[in-house]
Amino acid sequence: MTTLFAEWRDRPLDDALAACRDLLDDDRFPTVRRWREAGGKVIGHFQVYFPEEIAHAGGLLPFKVRGAAVEPTRAESHFGSYLCSILKTSLELTLSGRVELEAFFTHPICDAARNLAAVWGRNTPYPCQIVYLPQNANSAHAAEYLRHEYDRVRRVLEPIAGRAIGEADLAASIAVYNENRALIRELYALKRDAPWQLGADEAYVLTAIGGLLRREEHNEILRALLPQIRGRPAKARDRIRVVFEGGFCEQPPLDLIRMIGRSCHVVDDDLLIGLRWIVSDVVPDGDPLGSLAVAYLEQSSHSPVQHDARKPKGPMLLERIRAARAQAAIVTAAKMCEPGLEEQVVHTRTLDEAGIPYFVSEFEENMTSFEQLEIQLETFVENLLFE
Amino acid sequence: MTATAEIVGRGNSDGARLFREWFADLTAAAAEGRGAAYVFVMGSLAELLRTFDLPIVFPEINSLQTAVRRVAHEYLAEAEDYGYSPDICGYVKADVATQLRGGALPMGRIPKPAVSVLTNACNTYIKWGEIWERMHGTPAFVLDVPGSRAAGLRPGPGDADFEGDRRYVLAQLRELIPVLERVSGQRFDVDRLRESLRHANTMSRAWQRLLELNRSRPSVFNALSDGTIFLGVANALRGSAAGAAYFEDLVEEMEYKVAHGIGTLTEEKWRLVFVGVPCYPIFRRFNELFGEWGGTFVNSTYLWFASGGTNLGYQYDLAHPLESLAEGLLVSVRDAMDSMFFQTGILADMIDAFHVDGVVFHPIKSCRTVSTGLADNRRALMEQRDVATLFIESDMMDRRVVSEAQLKNRVDAFFEGLAARKASAALAQSRR
Repeated sequence: MTTLFAEWRDRPLDDALAACRDLLDDDRFPTVRRWREAGGKVIGHFQVYFPEEIAHAGGLLPFKVRGAAVEPTRAESHFGSYLCSILKTSLELTLSGRVELEAFFTHPICDAARNLAAVWGRNTPYPCQIVYLPQNANSAHAAEYLRHEYDRVRRVLEPIAGRAIGEADLAASIAVYNENRALIRELYALKRDAPWQLGADEAYVLTAIGGLLRREEHNEILRALLPQIRGRPAKARDRIRVVFEGGFCEQPPLDLIRMIGRSCHVVDDDLLIGLRWIVSDVVPDGDPLGSLAVAYLEQSSHSPVQHDARKPKGPMLLERIRAARAQAAIVTAAKMCEPGLEEQVVHTRTLDEAGIPYFVSEFEENMTSFEQLEIQLETFVENLLFE
Repeated sequence: MTATAEIVGRGNSDGARLFREWFADLTAAAAEGRGAAYVFVMGSLAELLRTFDLPIVFPEINSLQTAVRRVAHEYLAEAEDYGYSPDICGYVKADVATQLRGGALPMGRIPKPAVSVLTNACNTYIKWGEIWERMHGTPAFVLDVPGSRAAGLRPGPGDADFEGDRRYVLAQLRELIPVLERVSGQRFDVDRLRESLRHANTMSRAWQRLLELNRSRPSVFNALSDGTIFLGVANALRGSAAGAAYFEDLVEEMEYKVAHGIGTLTEEKWRLVFVGVPCYPIFRRFNELFGEWGGTFVNSTYLWFASGGTNLGYQYDLAHPLESLAEGLLVSVRDAMDSMFFQTGILADMIDAFHVDGVVFHPIKSCRTVSTGLADNRRALMEQRDVATLFIESDMMDRRVVSEAQLKNRVDAFFEGLAARKASAALAQSRR
C-alpha cells in the first residue's frame, strides 16, 4: 500500500510532532496528492460525521473536508454575505484545484451545509450528494433507515471503486477504524489524565491528521507516538482544567488552540467530534452496515447538530465537564454558525445554573490575531486562580 | 353589486378575515390555558394534528407578523439581551421573546406549546424545538423527512430508495400518534383523519391550479404580496373545511379574473419571479419598489417551499390515510426542499411557462436554509437562460440590515437594464 506520510518516521518525538503539524498546515494536501499520483481515488466528505469505513472498504481514500486556512477567492462569489467561513474555504479547495475528488458528500447538519452538495454539484463533474443521517434518532426505525442509507452510499461508491464493496471488506475496515477510535480515546485519556504531557495543539494535530490519511497510517503514528508522549519528561503543572466546546464543525486556527493551551489544560473538547463520534467498538461481523448504523445512533457522542432526546445539550456538556474533571469551560462558536451560536445560549445558561465558570468567544478559521483574546482569557484564568 | 365587485378582491379580504379569526381562536385557547401544537410551514402535519383538536401555532408566521407590524426590533432586542446572537435566525429570536412575554404578540396571545412537531426541512426548526424543550419541557418530535440526495435524484414509488424513506416516515407517524394522544387526551380517529385529508386534497388541488392561473397575461395575483396572504391561509387552515372552501373560492376568483383579463393593481410591464424570503420589515414598500416600474411577481419559490410543497397538488388516498399521509409528506416536503436547494431547473421552467422577464434573488441574513445557495443558483440559471437577474440582500426580520435606499438603487438599475435589454432586442428584431 502506498505510504502517504513518511516524514514523521525515525525522528525524535518533537520532530515527528512537528512533521505532523506541517502536514496539517499544508494547504496543498500532500497526502491526497500522493494517493492520487499512485492511482488512488478520493472521496470528500464534509463535517461532522461520515461512515468512512464504507469508502475505505472500497479501497478509496476518505478525505475530511473541514475548510482550510485559505482565501476563498474563487468560492466567495458562489455564496452570499452572511455565512460561516468553512463553507467558502471548503468549496475553494475544489475550485482552486488544491484537492481533486471522485465524489463529495455532505449532510443536513445545518441550514448552510445542506446547501453545499447542491452548490458543489453545480460546479464539479462528479457525484455530489447529501447523506441524510437520521434526525429522529429516537425512532425505533432510525437504524433500519440508516442502514439503507449507508447501503445507498455503498452503491454510489462501488462504480468509483471499480468493484463491489463486500461484507468482508467492510468488516476489515471496521476493524481498522475500531483500532483508530481506540487510539484516539487513548490520546484523549492522556490529555485528560496527564495534560502536561502534551499540548492542546499537539493533541489536536495528532487527531486531525486522521482526516488526511488512510487510517492504517494514522494508527501506526498513534501507536508509535503515544507511548513516547506518555514517557517524555514533563512536570505536572497546576493549571485550570477546561473543556473547549464549539469546535464540532468549523475548526479554530491551530494558533488559537495553542494560545488556549498556554493558559489552561484543555482536558476535553468537541474539536473534530466526527472523528470520535462512535465511542466504542463497532461489531464488524454479521451485518457491518447495520452495525455502523446502530453505532451512529447508540454508541455515539453528542453535538449541537444531532437531536436526540436522550442527549439534552446542557446536561451532556455538564457530563463532559464532570468526566474530564474540568473546572471551567470555554464556550465558543464559529462566526455565523447558527447551531453553534444557538448552543452557546444553552451552554452558558446551563453553566450559570451549575455554578461553573466559563469563557465565551467566537472564532473564525482564518483569524490570525489573538492578542485581545489571550488577554481576556488570561484575565478569566487569573480570576479563577485567585478566587 | 356587479359580479366583478363581488368576486375580485374576495381572496384577500376573506384571507385576512380567516387569519384574524384563526388568531382569535389561538388567543382564546391561551386564555383557557390549553396547550398547543407548535409546527412549521414545511411539513406542518396540520392534517393530523387537527384531528386531535390541538390549537396549531406557526411560530414562523407569528414572527413575520411582528416584522410586518414593525415591532420585530423589540422582540429581537429582547432575545439578544437573553443571550442570542445577532447572527442567528430572526424568526427564532422573535419567538424566544414571545415566549418570554408569555405568548404576547401584536395580534393577540398564543398558547404555550404542549408538543412541537418539527420536520428537518430546516435544521433551525430542530434547534428551535430544543428551545421549547428547555423553556417549557415541551416534547419535541422530530419528523425526519429525507430529501433529494442530489439534483435530479428523485426516486418515486416502487424504487427501493424511495420505499426505504417511505417506511421511515410512516414508522415515525405511527410513533407520533401515541404522543399526540397523550398530549391531547384524545384517541386517534382515522375517520377524522380521512376527513382532514379530503379537505387538504381540495386545498392542494386548488393551490396548484392557483399557481397555474398566474401564467395568464396580465397575471391575476402578485406572488409576493397577495401570495403571502394565500400562504397564511394555506398553512393555518390546512386540512379544515374552511381552508378548503377558501381555496375553492380563490380559484373561482382567479379564473374569473383570467376570463375577464383583470390583472393586479400594477399595470404589468415586467413579469418577475421572486426567489427567497420576503423583506417583511418593509413588506409593502419592498413590493412598491418593483410595482412603481410596472414589475409584478408572477411566481416565487416562496409559494413552493413555504407551502410545504403544496404546489405539487398531491392527492391523498383516502382508502389508506396514514400510508398516504406518509407518502404525501415525503413527496411534498422533499419538493419544498428541492425548491430551496436544487432550484435551477425549477426556475428555468418558471421562466418559460410564465413568460418571465427577470428573476429577483433575495437572500437574507436570517435564513441560511434559503439563502446559502442563491448566488450559485443565480450563476447556474444565467448559464441556462438568457434572463435578467437581480441579487439583493436584506432580511426578513431585522431592519438593521435592511437599507431601503440601497435596495431602491439596485432595483432601479435592474429595471433600467431590463428596458435596455428590451430596446436592444427590438432593435435587433427590426434589423432582421
